Amino acid sequence: MNHLLSGLAYLAPWDWSPTVECVCALTGAVYVRGLVVGGREGVRCGFWRPCFFLLGLLLIYGVLQTYFDYLASHMFWVHRLQHLILHHLAPFAMVMAAPGPVLLRGVPAGLRRGLGLLAQRSGWHGAWSLLVRVLRNPYLAGLLFVGLVYFWLIPSIHFTAMLDLNRYKLMNWSMAVDGLLFWWLMLTPRREQGLAAIPYGPRITVLVVSGFLQLFLGAFIVMDPKALFNVYAICGRAWAISPIVDQQTGGCLTWIPTAMMSLIGVLVVLNRMLHDSERQESVRSARIRAARQLPMAAAGRP
Amino acid sequence: MNGAVGSAPRRAFAASAPAAFALAALAVTALMLVGCARQAPYALRNISGLLPPLQFQLTDDNGTPVSEQSYRGDVVLLYFGYSNCPDVCPTTLATLAQALRGLGASASKVRVLFVSVDPQRDSAAVLKRYAAYFGPQVIGLRGPDSELIPLTHRYRVAYHRDPPDRDGNYAVEHSSAVFIFDQRGRVRLLADSGDGAAAISSDLRRLISAG
Repeated sequence: MNHLLSGLAYLAPWDWSPTVECVCALTGAVYVRGLVVGGREGVRCGFWRPCFFLLGLLLIYGVLQTYFDYLASHMFWVHRLQHLILHHLAPFAMVMAAPGPVLLRGVPAGLRRGLGLLAQRSGWHGAWSLLVRVLRNPYLAGLLFVGLVYFWLIPSIHFTAMLDLNRYKLMNWSMAVDGLLFWWLMLTPRREQGLAAIPYGPRITVLVVSGFLQLFLGAFIVMDPKALFNVYAICGRAWAISPIVDQQTGGCLTWIPTAMMSLIGVLVVLNRMLHDSERQESVRSARIRAARQLPMAAAGRP
Repeated sequence: MNGAVGSAPRRAFAASAPAAFALAALAVTALMLVGCARQAPYALRNISGLLPPLQFQLTDDNGTPVSEQSYRGDVVLLYFGYSNCPDVCPTTLATLAQALRGLGASASKVRVLFVSVDPQRDSAAVLKRYAAYFGPQVIGLRGPDSELIPLTHRYRVAYHRDPPDRDGNYAVEHSSAVFIFDQRGRVRLLADSGDGAAAISSDLRRLISAG
């Protein structure tokens, strides 16, 4: 019983954040409601998609609001693992689940209508479409994605981010939000992106280049013989580990899995391309068939 | 109709927004330059505003309960360690002692709070003897984990007790930071094991004269 209690204590948030708690709980609740409403209307969502979405959400919550967060603020490699999850793994899983329609269905109808009216009346719609027009630029998205990784790893910036709780929170939020934005822009099929549709070619370019840029950064951190991030020595590590081993493990986490994720992203985009061209092909051949049959049918008529 | 009336000012706003933004950016930069030009930077790392003001509940090496109020009006150096520490603690405390000697008479306005992360072995008596070795301004503080953890959490430092060996000896991993607070308890500077006594002395002198 005591073991169970001490185990549960690790699940308690280290730095309790009402914002993270509310956002995660609301998202989860809206998604589950969307599943239930969809089920009632006969819309099937499959088994794996909800699993991926909820797993991603749970991962984000877990690395921010459990004892893991304590380890991440006192070990460089755990911090890199935290960002790998916030910026890559969890958003990737959530975006692959194509949660848009389910989330929409999950918002109560009255609230949805109210929000729609509000968006029409105020200038929000203009601001929103401007934001979308800026953000849908794939090169800007790639620059933001890699730029944030580099920015928070500038040693002096990293130092203040690990010391100041507000900057630390900003850093982690920026990782999760940008992760969701980037992978949504990169992985979502064109026809589901609406205003923000990005052609597949630039997406592959951005994924490959951003993969390489992260690979260089990770390799640089691994190869550097000095300790680059002294904040962990100054503020104390969570357990005894040599600073260089800590740095090299963190560097490897910045190097290999991130490049892997870019590669998997490219494969997903290639699959979408193939799928879309097959669709176009079938639409075109159906049209040709219809065009051929039309005169014959007309001629056959007496 | 309404839309046509509304769109002209909106367009005017859209045109003037970048100009206003540029002006604001210029003003902020100018202010920052003025602010920087007024004072030379400290020799130690300036961490003003990055951490919350001094606050704790512990027991001092006389066995008296103390809080941050007990040291209000003094420049406070907060350091975490333990008396069995083989290397970092004695060297850091020796450097701090040397820095205090360099201050002369104004050293009386400085307190070094040595917070033990090993209260089991560091009794009040042990701490008192250990602290006295580094000078009268050094005060040993101790408390159970329930008092230590809120304090280390507040200053975002970690400590970890290794498992004891056959003779019951164990090492404790801890921070090397010396957090420096001004007379009003606001966090100002951070010294590390790499900082020399001269740098610490000169920055402390500035903090004392400013207070």
